[in-house]
Amino acid sequence: MAYDYEKSIRPGKLPHIWCPGCGHGIVMKGLIRAMDTCELDRKNTAIVSGIGCASRLPGYLDACTLHTAHGRAAAFATGVKMAKPQMNVICVGGDGDGTAIGGNHFIHACRRNIDMTYVLMNNYIYGMTGGQFSPCTPTGDLASTTPYGNPDPIFDISKLAIGAGATFVARTTAAHPREIDKLIVKGIQHKGMAIIEVIDDCPTTYGRRNKFRSVIDMMKRLKTEAVSVKAAAKMTAEQLEGKFLTGVLFQDTEKPEYTVQYANVIKKAQGA
Amino acid sequence: MAKKVALLQGNEACAQGALYAGCKFFGGYPITPSTEVAEVLSVELPKVGGKFIQMEDEIAAMASVIGASLTGAKAITATSGPGVSLKQELIGYACIAEVPCVIINVMRGGPSTGMPTGPGQSDVMQAMWGTHGDHAAIALVPDSCQEIFSETVRAFNLAEKYRMPVQVLYDEIVGHMRERIEFPEPGELEVIDREAPSVSPEDYKPYDSTKGQVPPLAAFGSDYKYHVTGLNKADDGFPTTKASLVDAEERRQIDKVMDNIADIESYEEYLTEDADVVIWAYGSTSRSARYAVNELRKEGIKAGLFRPITLWPFPAKRTAELAEQAKAIVVAEMNLGQMVLEVERVAKGNCVVVHEGRVDGDPLNPGQIMDKVKEVL
Repeated sequence: MAYDYEKSIRPGKLPHIWCPGCGHGIVMKGLIRAMDTCELDRKNTAIVSGIGCASRLPGYLDACTLHTAHGRAAAFATGVKMAKPQMNVICVGGDGDGTAIGGNHFIHACRRNIDMTYVLMNNYIYGMTGGQFSPCTPTGDLASTTPYGNPDPIFDISKLAIGAGATFVARTTAAHPREIDKLIVKGIQHKGMAIIEVIDDCPTTYGRRNKFRSVIDMMKRLKTEAVSVKAAAKMTAEQLEGKFLTGVLFQDTEKPEYTVQYANVIKKAQGA
Repeated sequence: MAKKVALLQGNEACAQGALYAGCKFFGGYPITPSTEVAEVLSVELPKVGGKFIQMEDEIAAMASVIGASLTGAKAITATSGPGVSLKQELIGYACIAEVPCVIINVMRGGPSTGMPTGPGQSDVMQAMWGTHGDHAAIALVPDSCQEIFSETVRAFNLAEKYRMPVQVLYDEIVGHMRERIEFPEPGELEVIDREAPSVSPEDYKPYDSTKGQVPPLAAFGSDYKYHVTGLNKADDGFPTTKASLVDAEERRQIDKVMDNIADIESYEEYLTEDADVVIWAYGSTSRSARYAVNELRKEGIKAGLFRPITLWPFPAKRTAELAEQAKAIVVAEMNLGQMVLEVERVAKGNCVVVHEGRVDGDPLNPGQIMDKVKEVL
């Protein structure tokens, strides 16, 4: 029997804005399955985003949805979670939104280890504005603003999140739909800042400029470049050249969660 | 029973006013000369179960305040010029998404880093026009520690009632000055909470204005699920580019303020009844102006003071009336000519309008204002 996504989608809000072949829809379905698995009460769930193609996702979902300003999702979400810690807070967004204009908010939300799940769709490009290079566009690749090849080095988002202090960091790709919801479930269940980076594809503004003749070519690339943590353990550095790791990359269950820390502040202030 | 009194700094009075109003969330970033507001609230908010968070930057502070407010908490941030410049992006967000919040701007010199420890009144046009796009603004300009307390309470009331950001601007002099404060008893000052929706969650539209210009705002985490966006939206909260819907929403968001000026307006007049010259001044400058009025009267010059307490929306009606009555209006402010432009606009040439200002970090003193009055008469 087909999975019932419709009960999670707001009536009348589809079709979505995403191009044919875009992976964001795959991620959205994964998020719906994950929220269902965790039995999240949508009334008590805030889904927060910034600006960009990926950030339009919350509007389609039946929950408390907050489409904020460019890059600011984590900061708005921090306010929601602090004011109402009993709410489930999920951030979604893209690589430019989350790590360029929103980079400061991203790293500090990781540092605080505030309990939220951030699903970051990394499609290597600013799609909505027509394909300008992002902090995740591979060096040398073509974008509308790197006509001679991208001179910039990239951010490794998962490493950035680990370095910044997130306590659950996982990565998968749009070509691994079953892993998406499994990792989001683990992220939701984790008490603290959970980053799930989904390497995604943008055929319209990234793929066509970078010699991917079809969406299938892009998906094949994701399959080829992704190596699970388990498989990687048996591979040499040479074999791992040009690959990226997928699965749970990091988890720390010891670091205190921020709203719990603040609950202790309240206790102290009240003389308990 | 005698009232509780204290010797408080303006910034401390602001924090106490916020607590009186029922504030439960502060999101901020350290900046002189507003930091004491944060410091006091970091102590006091957790005592009442509220939340204090120091964010990574000014923009994040504003974002956290809006996020917290959407859960139903009364929320505030405090900053100064450079911080307000950074916050403009999300002040606009709070305008269009109609999220109640209070922004304290303890004004210092500028532009840029300017004079962090010196007073200024050069953010007053920014309070109206700082964020991009058409929008209404409410800005309050108290001139004493007691009034900072009461105007902070009123800022929350107006924010919750009109579902929008409200700014309180006071200069560094008032912010750091210490004065005797009488704490109002609970219930003595009006405290307004936002209207909760009366319709069922299924029928709720966050911008449904059929029952009034200010639609009720449901709290995240209650029984209501809805969408909030910074895009132009229809009454259901979802983005639209349909011209008629965009136009109606844009206009309603401005009309909800401009149609209610009588409720929002606040000003004080001192000896204006027979005044030939009206000194138009706010914040700490109005204290010098009041002194100047008294001295000028001793010299036989019929001077008066008009002191806006609500600066935005601009007190156009009363200013225009004074322009018809008086020979001259002297606008005294610690900038090189900002509110004087509005006074000139509404005076319509009915009287002479001149400006007296300074931006060197020293307050406008009474003598300087008196000289200007004598010059213009």
